[in-house]
This record gives sequence, C-alpha cells and structure tokens, in this order.
Amino acid sequence: MTERNYAQIGERVYEETLPNCLTVRVVSKPHHAKACAFFVTRYGGMDLRFQLNGQWQDTPAGIAHYLEHKMFDTEDGNALQDLAQNGAEPNAFTSNAITAYYFYSTEHFYENLKILLEFVSVPYFTDESVEKEQGIIGQEIRMVEDTPDWQIYTNLMECLYEKSPARVSVAGTVESIRHITAQTLYDCHRAFYDPSNMVLCVVGNVDPARVSAIAREVLPEAGGAPILRDYGEEESSAPARREHAQVMEVSMTQFLAGYKCDPPPEGVDLLRLGMIGDMACDILFGDSSPLYSRLYEQGLINDTFGGNFDILPGVAYLYVGGDTNDPHAVHAAVTEEAQRLAREGIDEDFYQRVRRAAYGQMIRGLNSFETIAISQAEGVFHGYDYFSFPEVFSSITKADLEDFLRRNVTADRTAISLITPKA
Amino acid sequence: MTKQRIQLLDNVFLTYVPADKFKTDFLSAQFITPLRAETAGLNALLPAVLQRGTVQYPDMQRLSAALDLLYGATIEHSVRKRGESQLWGFLATCVDDAFLPDGSKLLEPLTGLLGQLICQPVLEGGTLSPAYVASERTNLIDAIRSAIDEKRTFAARRLLEEMCRGEAYGLSHIGDEASVAAITPEALTAHYRAAIAQSRLELYYCGRAERERVESAFQTAFRSLPRAEDPILTPPQAHPPRQSPQVIREQMDVSQGKLSVGYSVDTDDKDAVVVMNTMFGATSNSKLFLNVREKLSLCYYASSTYHRSKNMITVASGIEFENYQKALDEIGAQLSAMQNGDWEAWELTAARSSLSNGHRSIFDSASQLEDFYMGQIATGRDDDPEKLLEAALAVTPERIQSAAKAVKLDTIYFLTGKEEPHS
Repeated sequence: MTERNYAQIGERVYEETLPNCLTVRVVSKPHHAKACAFFVTRYGGMDLRFQLNGQWQDTPAGIAHYLEHKMFDTEDGNALQDLAQNGAEPNAFTSNAITAYYFYSTEHFYENLKILLEFVSVPYFTDESVEKEQGIIGQEIRMVEDTPDWQIYTNLMECLYEKSPARVSVAGTVESIRHITAQTLYDCHRAFYDPSNMVLCVVGNVDPARVSAIAREVLPEAGGAPILRDYGEEESSAPARREHAQVMEVSMTQFLAGYKCDPPPEGVDLLRLGMIGDMACDILFGDSSPLYSRLYEQGLINDTFGGNFDILPGVAYLYVGGDTNDPHAVHAAVTEEAQRLAREGIDEDFYQRVRRAAYGQMIRGLNSFETIAISQAEGVFHGYDYFSFPEVFSSITKADLEDFLRRNVTADRTAISLITPKA
Repeated sequence: MTKQRIQLLDNVFLTYVPADKFKTDFLSAQFITPLRAETAGLNALLPAVLQRGTVQYPDMQRLSAALDLLYGATIEHSVRKRGESQLWGFLATCVDDAFLPDGSKLLEPLTGLLGQLICQPVLEGGTLSPAYVASERTNLIDAIRSAIDEKRTFAARRLLEEMCRGEAYGLSHIGDEASVAAITPEALTAHYRAAIAQSRLELYYCGRAERERVESAFQTAFRSLPRAEDPILTPPQAHPPRQSPQVIREQMDVSQGKLSVGYSVDTDDKDAVVVMNTMFGATSNSKLFLNVREKLSLCYYASSTYHRSKNMITVASGIEFENYQKALDEIGAQLSAMQNGDWEAWELTAARSSLSNGHRSIFDSASQLEDFYMGQIATGRDDDPEKLLEAALAVTPERIQSAAKAVKLDTIYFLTGKEEPHS
C-alpha cells in the first residue's frame, strides 16, 4: 500500500486500489483503543433512476434506505447480531448521496471487518423478510413525521427543487416503500454495491496490509463498469415554490430558509467550493457576525439560529433557520446582509478572524473518526484528496466569498419553510 | 492516560487527563449544586447570562471575535442533571498548539476567558445587565416550552416527571416556566454571588499540555474567585418502589405513539443490574431490540436505560397507537425471560463485549470522559471506567437473574394521538 504522511495536520494514510477497483484507505491512529471501518457505496436517496443491463430503471422513493435495513439479513441470521456479539458497535446510514455501513470496536477488529465486508457484499432477501421490514421502516417514517427538524427540511427541499430528486425524502413514504420487493432490492444491489462504486475506509490502530488482505479475500475479484444515473433535468436558479407552512405540535414558530446555489463542480474545485460555502455562512450569519448579534439583540433569534452550505449530487444550497417570532423579517435580513457584504465588501479584519476560526474548525473535525472516514470516501467519489485541505484552503480569497454571496444569496433564489404551532 | 485529581483552591478541584491523541484540548468548569425546584431555573439562566459578555468583551460579537482569533476556540455554557445534582458552567475547546501554523499558544488565553466569564461579568450598578437577563430569560422560557417539540425526548422526560414526583430526579435540569419568568436581575445577581462563592467548582482538562502548565493557567484565571464555606454534596436517593404501578396516558396531534415504561430496582448489586439491563434492552443485540423490533416489527426503536444513581430502569419505544398492549406485553415478556434465566450463552457474551467496548471507548473521547468524571463527582462516587468494567465482567448468571427479579413495574407513560387508531 502507498503511505502518505500529512505532517501539518498530523495524519498518516495508507492507500490502495484493488484489482476489483475498490479503493481502500487506512488512516492510522496509533493511540486510540477503538478502531472503525466504514464500507461506503455511492448510492443514496437521490439515486432513483439508473441504467441496469442497458435499460433505464425507475425505483420507488426510499429504496436505498430500505436496502440498507435489509442488507443486515444474512442466510444464517443477522449481521447486526454477529457484529454485536463480537463486541462491535455496528450501524449504518443512508444520505441523499451515499449509504455507509460501519462498526466501532476495541477488540476482534479483523473478524468484525470480515463480517462487515461479507454482509454488505452478499445480499440475502426473501419476499417474507422484505415484507416484514415494512413495519419497522413504517415506524421510522412515522417517527420522522413527528420530528419538526425533519419535516421543515423535507418541505424546504420540495420548495427549492422542481425536478431534482433532492426533493424526495431519503426514507420515502409509507406509501412509496410498499412497492419495494426482494427483486428490486437485488437489482439495486447489483447496480450500486459493485466494488468499483465503493470505498473501504478504516480508522484506528490497525495493520493496513491485513485490512487489504481481508478485502481481497472476501470481496469479488472483478468490478463492473461505472453506473449511469439520472438526477433529472437541469434546475433553474429559481425555487419551484416560495414558501411552505405546516402546523405541528411545537411551542414556537421555526423557519428554514434555503438559497439555491450554482451546481457543484467535480474534483478539487468541489472541496474548495465546500470551504467557500462554509466560510460564507460564518461571515454572513455565524456567531461572530454583525448580523447574528443584531438579530439576537433584537430578540428575533436565539441560540437555535444557524445554518450551513450543503452539496448534493448535481445541486448545492445554503440554508439558515431556527426558532423565531418573525421568520420573514429574519429571512429578509439574511438576504439583505448578503447583498450588502457583496456590495460593500467584507471587512478585512473580520475576514481574517473568520479564516482562522474556519481553519481551526477543520482541524477539530479530525477528532471524529466518522468525519475522517466519510470525508475520505467523498474525496474518492469526487476525485480529490480531503487531507490536502490546508493547501486548498490557503488558495481561497475574500473575493471568492463576496462573489459566492453575490451570486447565490439573492431574493430570487430563495424559499422558506415554516413550522407553526397549533393555535 | 492516567487521570490526576488536584485541589487548586478552597473547594476547587482539577481533573487532569493527559492525552496526545486528540487534535484539540478540552476544558470544563462546572459548579456542582443540589438539584432543587427553587434554584433549578436560576442555575440554568446564570451561565446563559454570563456568556453574553465580560468586562473585557462586553458583548457577544466581541466575545466571539476573541474566540475566532484563538483559531475558532469554542466556549459553550452547559446545564446538566447528574444523579440529583445540577451542574452548570462552561465547556471549552481549542485546537492544540501542535497543529497551529504560527506557533500560537491557546491554552492560557482560553482558560483566561473561562475565568472572566465566571468572575468578571458585565455589571450595571452592581447588578447583572438587566438587558442580558431579560433576553436570556425569554430564551430559557422558549427552551422550556420547546420540550414538546421532540416527542421522543418529551415522552422520556414525562415518564421521569411522573415516576419521580416529589424526588429531585423528577425535576427538569433547566427549571420550570413559572419560576424562570419570576427571576429579576437583582435575584439572579444575588444568586450569582452566592453560587460562585459557595458551590464546589470542578475543573477539567484533557489534552497535550503538561500538568504544571494547566494548573498554573487555571490558577491565574480563577485567582479572584470568591470562596466561602464548604458545601456538602448530597448523594442521590434511590427511587422508592411504588406499591402498585401507575398508568398515565396523554394525547397530542402526532403520527406515532410513544411508550415509556419505568421500573424500580430493589437490589444493591448494581453491577449485576448493569449487565442485566444490557441484555434486556441496551444494545441492538438485546432482547427488546431482537423481539419487539426484529421479531414482531412493532417499532423502529425499543431500548432500555439503567439510571444507576436512582436504581431505576426506563424503556422507550415508538409504536402505532393500536399496538400499545401488544408492545407492553412483549416488553413484560422479555423482562420475565430475564427473571427466569431464559437466555442463551451468546447473549451474555455479547452483553459483556458491548460493555467492554463501551467502557474502553470512553478514553477515546475527551468530552465523554469529562461527562463520566463529572457524573462520578456529582453522584459522590470515585470509580474509573476500567474498575466499573472489571466489576461488570465479574457478574455471574445467578447474579443477573437475581437482579432481574428485583425489577418491578412502576410507571407506564403513553403519548398517543388524538384520533386512534392510525388511518
């Protein structure tokens, strides 16, 4: 395996691409008791339409997440239990763009790694077991239906996007998941769980050569060709709908405003764009921004206020929200402040401060094994080396941020989602 | 990683944990006070008001700017309930000097800020800023009211309230609306003066700095802290078993029912209860997960928690409204299985593995370790994770079964919809 040392950030990485096209990364953490393995496929809630054997397939909303649940079933039982019996803490999640299976353990690491690779690569579904999962996932969906944070986000995405599957909830609906069968799950597994579409990232005090040897032993020898996917026609910069309001059992009005940003590039530019977006958020409404102080002192926001920049397949958006008594005033203030910053320029001292804080924030992120593993996987999928962030970061200028705000945070690109209390 | 405990001043202690595996230093300053209805709101409001500014940095924007300059160091106020104590204070982190591009030292200025927040607040005519008090009082009331927003935590909290009525453990750690609404700047100032002089102050550091450097930084930062009489920390009282179980049913406009079940535990063999509870419902390998979720598909989550200092177990699950009795019966059946010694050898092995993984991983997180040690101090104990693990691993099947027999149904809380069953 190739070894790379990133002295400035104190990280060491071992890397290899197997003959089946699987990328293996091992991030060395010699002083930790725990180690984790993340096995990640580039397949998420937005991958609803794709080509299999030359034919376009349309699949029901929520299928990637449903598949994630069912992957734990094995011919002999359930991998969740196999891992847990070995002292591992296993879990999985599905986002818009990826599905990740992982475990943390302080003992039996290599046995657990073997179990992880086996159950994710060998599907085992029956119509009966697929049917049974309807109850469990149905309850997961009911749970999120009662969760204001989830509802406000889903409603915002429906406002912002017209054609992109970014508007579809990762979990699907109780109705959509009824159409999922063992056969659709097998098809999706065949298309997306190919080693060439996956990354294995291990973080901890482990032997990189042994990780690679286990991956070679367990996984198929050959990998397939890249998958063709369809994320819908190109979106216009205007939102599909300006506003959505829902009444729920909450104590106070919550809002989430979104700004549709330019579609994201690939490669290192994507990493750069992510940093620009994050810093633009800090400048615009971060804790030390003039806007935050002003709105907080006016009693329009409290410490629930905040937001971020998010990149999904083919789309990117900036969001901000929180509890407030006057969502429209706060929303308008954010848009106006962005345009003021673009027009008058960002104060140089303020920019330098935020820059320092943003750098510290990225270093801080390296405390989390999950952040490391997922960033590594994302980097492989999009063609950049995440740990090169210090160099990429130093190429960003104040003008980049001003330009980002000027283009993206405008009145004609925005929508707002509200959750209001019952009268 | 050997923890050291050092007395710095009268009734001020430092828990020092040397660690060179993190990218950041973790600091904490916590006042430990008995949890009481009369003072819960005052203690919750105080750190929020103190965080608004200091003599040197009199508003949020200047304080945040100071933190930005320290490479995005963070300070957050915190209020916790551990056992029947209330902990209030500040948690702080900064990037370790080793990863800074310009050789800055962050520990001393950050510790200095912590000291300022506690010892040098913004005063107007000897009183805490009335504007800050008013604004944070509103925010705290909003936070108290927002308890209904997240139904999962709401149901867990309502169970504790009903089950522990009349006990400190039943109180909310952030106080109740009526007492918070009645807090004046004068009352809060009087409370502030008494609290910082009389309460035990516990400091914590985890990171790469030498002990002498950390001691000296804290000593300098807190040199003006007033110190009065030595308060006595009262250990939590075990929950007294109820003669016959109570059932509480409440309605809200929700899609999913939330079932919470509380049990008293009448045994002193707490290590055995820890293992029993792990097998019963604490992992994805437990009886509750495997039966209520996997076998009967009744829910997405069903898990149990052991409240060691109170000798209570609580179970939480989200279900369809009409499955109330079914779920309750199954939870009861799984408890009976534990009481009858009805488990397979692997279930015990898995529970031991999971406990061992959990206890060993605590050392891989500076914040978990802080919470662990503060919890120990607040409940009058002095154990290390290794010692607790050793005790748990020594528990025999006979002791597990006796522990299960000491578990008695106490309170059932069910949050249900306004129309049932679900259509």
